Amino acid sequence: MATRQTQLLARSLLTPAVALLFIWMIVPLALTLYFSTLHYSLLDPGSESFVGLENFRYFLTDPAFLASLQNTLVLVGSVLALTILLGIPLALLLDQPVVGRNIVRLMVIAPFFVMPTVSALVWKNLLMHPVSGLFAWIAKVFGLTPIDWFNDLPLFAVILIVSWQWLPFATLILLTALQSLDEEQKEAAEMDGASAVSTFIYITLPHLARPITVVILIETIFLLTVFAEIFVTTGGGPGLQTTNIAFLIYSQALIQFDVGSASAGGLVAVVIANIVAFFLVRIVGRNLEA
Amino acid sequence: MGQITLVDVQKSFGPVHIIKGADLDISDGSFVVFVGPSGCGKTTLLRLIAGLEDVSGGKILIDGKNVVDTPPAKRGLSMVFQSYALYPHMSVRGNIGFGLKMAGLAKDEINRKVEAAAATLNLTPYLDRKPRELSGGQRQRVAIGRAIVREPKAFLFDEPLSNLDAALRVQMRLEVTRLQKQLGTTAIYVTHDQVEAMTMADKIVVLNGGKIEQYGSPLELYERPNNLFVAGFIGSPKMNFVTGEHAQQQGAITIGVRPEHLKIERGGTTGWPGTISVAEHLGSDTFLYVDGGPLGMLTARYIGELSLNPGDKVSLTPEPNRIHRFDGSGNAIRA
Repeated sequence: MATRQTQLLARSLLTPAVALLFIWMIVPLALTLYFSTLHYSLLDPGSESFVGLENFRYFLTDPAFLASLQNTLVLVGSVLALTILLGIPLALLLDQPVVGRNIVRLMVIAPFFVMPTVSALVWKNLLMHPVSGLFAWIAKVFGLTPIDWFNDLPLFAVILIVSWQWLPFATLILLTALQSLDEEQKEAAEMDGASAVSTFIYITLPHLARPITVVILIETIFLLTVFAEIFVTTGGGPGLQTTNIAFLIYSQALIQFDVGSASAGGLVAVVIANIVAFFLVRIVGRNLEA
Repeated sequence: MGQITLVDVQKSFGPVHIIKGADLDISDGSFVVFVGPSGCGKTTLLRLIAGLEDVSGGKILIDGKNVVDTPPAKRGLSMVFQSYALYPHMSVRGNIGFGLKMAGLAKDEINRKVEAAAATLNLTPYLDRKPRELSGGQRQRVAIGRAIVREPKAFLFDEPLSNLDAALRVQMRLEVTRLQKQLGTTAIYVTHDQVEAMTMADKIVVLNGGKIEQYGSPLELYERPNNLFVAGFIGSPKMNFVTGEHAQQQGAITIGVRPEHLKIERGGTTGWPGTISVAEHLGSDTFLYVDGGPLGMLTARYIGELSLNPGDKVSLTPEPNRIHRFDGSGNAIRA
């Protein structure tokens, strides 16, 4: 990009791709904006009419909205906490020289490659099923009553499934960060008389601050939109106990067939995501500087 | 106190013997330099003394106490690493004081000691900066500060100046030497640079292939090298080696003459004849690379300027009492 000519060339070559991406993004957003101002029910085709902000009022005053907002935040927060708190020790373990380390690492990474619907089904039918699940069998071996996960602890069950899926991601990022920790720094700490715990607190953990930030930011983006796991396991229930914003929008559009209200909800979700992103960047983004 | 004695110290990584039995006696307060080509085991030997590697055999005595089973922090040594290994997220103050903090000292005592060390090293204005905000020389000084603040029995330096540019290296060389004399603490210094070794050391350990080739003062090594390796390694430019007829006349298999001990005569006939292939004029010195025919390439050094050019015929005469004689296995023959 040294000269004006190459800059011009680069820009003109980039333009089609950028334009396509822009249209790809802006058309759905514009349509959503448009639909959100309409009375638009799939049960009543042809009756579309402009209603102003009525859909927003309807969506925001729906008691389901606050419940699902709370569920979303609990889900995101819990999964973040679980993946990082378990990811750090796991990464530390995988950083140790053990026989077959590459195979162990591959297996740890594996859940990340299982698609959400499949892993949710596996958890639902093979592990957490109150009659035929593995957990139920273990409980019975110890003479306990099996837990009916999706009825008694539905949100917790979803959190477990999603955490299982995202733990490999956190572990992988933290592991690569651990491998970039200067060996001489650890030796210097050893010469300075630091115990293993002190070395972890004063040397390793500060070194991990930045990758932890990356994990939090990236996971948050995806965790705000968790859908498949809920759809496959609980369908948002019982009641509204596992309905998050994404699932609420889905149910507005394709269970209640109210496209207008769902569009309004979609825009609300965009705003919420931006609020969360704003605070996240303020709080943890400092670690990304320098 | 900081007397360090190595008794038959050995180290092998699997089947590879890195250190093949090192015996060494380092007296309190002396500045000892380990020097040798890369892969000679000098850094490994330092790390064995530091306790960062376990010995495979032998004993390491610090002030008469065998420390081979003592963890690094308890040996009372401190180390300056090649990469400095500063803690990037801690301020200079935190870096220098970390060892004291780990030792459980009170906060104001740590501050007092850190500030004293920083004053010695001219680091006081930088105490609250992070390492990334410092220049290379300042980082180097922080690493040294971290070492001196613990008042160790000995400093261990692992090629600490190799990341600095040439001018700064000369300056830090002086500073390190001065600091060591001022504190009177034993120092072990690893380098591959024989100029550093010659200028800084009280005593030099020349290592080659995991063995100590010679241990002595810089001038001892220069004037009386034990063998061909030490003769070739110490001194710059390298010593000239001549084999064959000329060596046999001296009763040796190989004779060595340093470039500065060759008398240069234009077109003369008394010494070894040769043709200049390259002449380097530095003003203060003139280095001549002479094609000596059957003698091979010879290097000659003249103090001052000598107006000779490539292609000129010269004859080189070694100073008779400056000829080093070596036997068939490369060991020095002493008269």
